[in-house]
Amino acid sequence: MANVSIREIHKHYADFHAVKGVSLDIKDQEFVVLVGPSGCGKTTTLRMVAGLEAITEGQILIGPQVVNELPPMDRDIAMVFQNYALYPHMSVFDNMAFGLKMRKFDKAEINKRVSEAADILGIKDHLNRKPRMLSGGQRQRVALGRAIVRNPQVFLFDEPLSNLDAKLRVQMRVEIKKLHQRLATTSIYVTHDQVEAMTLGDRVVVMKDGLIQQVGEPLELYNNPANKYVAGFIGSPAMNFADVTIEEVGGAHYATNPTMKIRVPDAIAARMGPHKGKPASLGIRPEDLHMATGADPADMTFDAIVEVAEQLGSEIILDVKAGGGAMVASVEPTIKVKPQQKIRLGINPTGLRFFDAKSEAAI
Amino acid sequence: MIEGANWRRWIYFRLPMAIFLIFLLFPFYWMIITTFRPDGELYRPWRAANYTPFWTWNPTTAHLKYLFGETTFMIWMWNTMFIAVVSTAISLVCGVLAGYALSRLSFRFAGTLGTMIFITYLVPQTLLFIPLSEIIRNYQIGDTPWSLILTYPTFLIPFCTWLMMGYFKAIPKELEECARIDGASRWQAMLYIIIPVAVPGILSAMIFAFTLSWNEFIYALVFLSSPEQKTVPVGVVSELIRGDVFFWGPLMAGALLGSIPVAIAYSFFVEQYVSGLTGSVKG
Repeated sequence: MANVSIREIHKHYADFHAVKGVSLDIKDQEFVVLVGPSGCGKTTTLRMVAGLEAITEGQILIGPQVVNELPPMDRDIAMVFQNYALYPHMSVFDNMAFGLKMRKFDKAEINKRVSEAADILGIKDHLNRKPRMLSGGQRQRVALGRAIVRNPQVFLFDEPLSNLDAKLRVQMRVEIKKLHQRLATTSIYVTHDQVEAMTLGDRVVVMKDGLIQQVGEPLELYNNPANKYVAGFIGSPAMNFADVTIEEVGGAHYATNPTMKIRVPDAIAARMGPHKGKPASLGIRPEDLHMATGADPADMTFDAIVEVAEQLGSEIILDVKAGGGAMVASVEPTIKVKPQQKIRLGINPTGLRFFDAKSEAAI
Repeated sequence: MIEGANWRRWIYFRLPMAIFLIFLLFPFYWMIITTFRPDGELYRPWRAANYTPFWTWNPTTAHLKYLFGETTFMIWMWNTMFIAVVSTAISLVCGVLAGYALSRLSFRFAGTLGTMIFITYLVPQTLLFIPLSEIIRNYQIGDTPWSLILTYPTFLIPFCTWLMMGYFKAIPKELEECARIDGASRWQAMLYIIIPVAVPGILSAMIFAFTLSWNEFIYALVFLSSPEQKTVPVGVVSELIRGDVFFWGPLMAGALLGSIPVAIAYSFFVEQYVSGLTGSVKG
């Protein structure tokens, strides 16, 4: 077990600056998820920790040791790849035993560790099969098994669930979580799927364009996004944004545009001083919108025209035209609406967020 | 497969296939029939009343006896086998290592080097034998098997290198990365993971290299002169065509026996050979 320290690392390819100074401290036994769109540098960062990619600048420490110059085999890590990377010519047993054989473990110990791991993962009946005879989920289990038999200091996961179908992905997600609770090995997990990030991570690192946007526990990212990018990336369906101007009328602050006039809650209004009269982005999550009733104050509601109503059973997702653009609202499943119907949506004031129009940082 | 009515399958699949097969196999049939046809029938004018070009009622082994008794055919076979096996082995070792390096190690000029190796393959042998014969003469290995064992790799190594490059590129690089994280050095990862996975590719390179050197004609013709040093393709042609007299029976017998090892090599490895060419690696 070990902590991992990433200090100001950069990665330059010939004409591309992929990672631009990423720093991150991962505590012992912590499960950290790097999440972001493709090309954001998350996989490159992981590969630098693994030693598969040279570090252009900066330092990586595993435990107390700087590992910049260590080859992958000496870093005491295990990695699970998106395409499983099982050795096709070896049986499941040999796949899992390969790392132990390379490290000259004796036969009895290899047998013991492989059968333990196979037990945990429920692949005991398949040990003599070749990888091509297994299903996708079983292959991914073998890949996990190959990682855990080594009992390494750090697990690295590179989008391990992306090749699985939706149902299996959810199932394997739970298994990975259980596995981590059981083994408590420091883990770094890369994914582009924010749901995976939120459900798996003790902490989540949102990356974009080679830079860390925000690091935090899942709910912290959800409730207090540091900027508009994180706000839009975390949460599904994504947060709605409307371009507004901040105005002060009679001591109260309002976010206005031609189709809406929303009162800024007092807690945020205190920080609005420097933004007065300037453009900003208003952000509101679909789950913080509801069909307006008489109880909603007029300055916490706005008009919308229904375009599509998606009935999911537990909720209805309304795609509406509002606030000078498209918005999504998640409303009660009992509500009856038709396309093109004009409705009025109410805002849950605690869900309101504002972002500077230029820097996109949260206000 | 062709779908639909039976006649569609005959018209669009079986008939064209049959025509194609007849076209391909006819030379072999002709070799066989000529091998066993007595001289009296072989040199009969085609207008003769009992002319039967496509079969014979009087098969004979006289030509085979002549080939084995009056020529050094068995020595030619041995020479050809020895030269083909050794030059294939040399070329495979070099080709696999070079192909691995060019496709997997990123070093300066890797691309240029690959292209240059390919260009050497494009120089026709009919030009290359002139400078090569000068070299062979200077090293005084003319008229020995080594003159061919050392010159065949000039076209076999580029060939094997390119075939293996393509195959190595099709193997996911994660396999190797995973092995290196698992504790293998680059060398061990190549030995235990990449090469076993590349076996179909290596087998097809082997079959091709073996066939090319088995059938090679120009270098063998130029660099070898004494009858007991010759290979089958050269020996048969130079010893069984004397002036303008073609000894058709023994000639065809030699050609037939000479093509058997290649046919055996193909039929043994045909499965791997096909998957090698189509580059199918299952994860």
